[in-house]
Amino acid sequence: MAKIKGAVVVDNEVCKGCGLCVEACPEEVLALNREMNSRGYHYSYMENPDACIGCSNCGVVCPDACITVYRVKI
Amino acid sequence: MMEIKDILKPENLVYGKSKVLTDTIMHYCPGCTHGVIHKILAELIEEMGIQEKAVGVAPVGCAVFAYNYIDVDWQEAAHGRAPALATGIVRLNPDKFVFTYQGDGDLASIGAGEIIHACNRGENILVIFINNGIYGMTGGQMAPTTLENMVTSTTPFGRDVEMNGYPLKMTDLVAQLPGTSYVTRQSAQTPAAVRKCKRALKKGIQNVLDKKGTSFIEVVSTCNSGWKMTPVQANKWMEDHMFPYYPLGDMKDCEKEKPVEKN
Repeated sequence: MAKIKGAVVVDNEVCKGCGLCVEACPEEVLALNREMNSRGYHYSYMENPDACIGCSNCGVVCPDACITVYRVKI
Repeated sequence: MMEIKDILKPENLVYGKSKVLTDTIMHYCPGCTHGVIHKILAELIEEMGIQEKAVGVAPVGCAVFAYNYIDVDWQEAAHGRAPALATGIVRLNPDKFVFTYQGDGDLASIGAGEIIHACNRGENILVIFINNGIYGMTGGQMAPTTLENMVTSTTPFGRDVEMNGYPLKMTDLVAQLPGTSYVTRQSAQTPAAVRKCKRALKKGIQNVLDKKGTSFIEVVSTCNSGWKMTPVQANKWMEDHMFPYYPLGDMKDCEKEKPVEKN
């Protein structure tokens, strides 16, 4: 069976850590990082990358357009 | 097992930043709905190939710097006067796609006269109305759209309708006017809502390109810093309190009325 695998790239410096992508993710892939970026925001990152299905929900709700989504069929 | 670096290839890209958005970091607060609307507007301008003919009119309010973020031609209007400026632009350049982008403090209070007359004349423009029930930029004062009993910095005990009047439903008012072609109320808090809002905006843009009359799209939004909440809490509060008073959906979808033919 074909499996779908995705990956998310967050632009750490642009992210403001609003957490909307964390809320929108159906697979609980994203979380806010304990580290901060240079502007003092806890940016979003892939905490659980293996679960990502590349649905691009996180990118759609991101107000700062800092999320790029990739998807591949295995 | 596939490594992440094998997935990150241009041919696997499914969602990325629109080329019409500039690289400037937006000044909006974290989680602000303005960013989402800017993004879907830029995506639509790119998809429909109208970057060269689009002219935006920016309001006074948080979206005043919209010209820094979306790479099209912009004009900056005085407070509330965006529809009047857009009228001038579209009458002189009928082939351009002209849109105004206004907040509720701009459109519903000081600019209420302008918007009603522009819609009544059926000017061929798209109006994007961001309604978050508050004056966000100046520190969260009461706006005409503030809900009953809603606490703002100028109504610390909640909005009293005896003293301040009732929340103004601009979209319902505008839907009555014969000049408007497409009047709708949308939101942008979940992925599904954003996609739906994008479809509505696309229809509005297409109506303007087809010269059908004024299209008016209200987006019920959040102002999490003005409401003193986190972005996620603000979205929940909006669903619980704003949606009952400002129900979502299309209010009007037709062509503007033709002048009565003379015998």
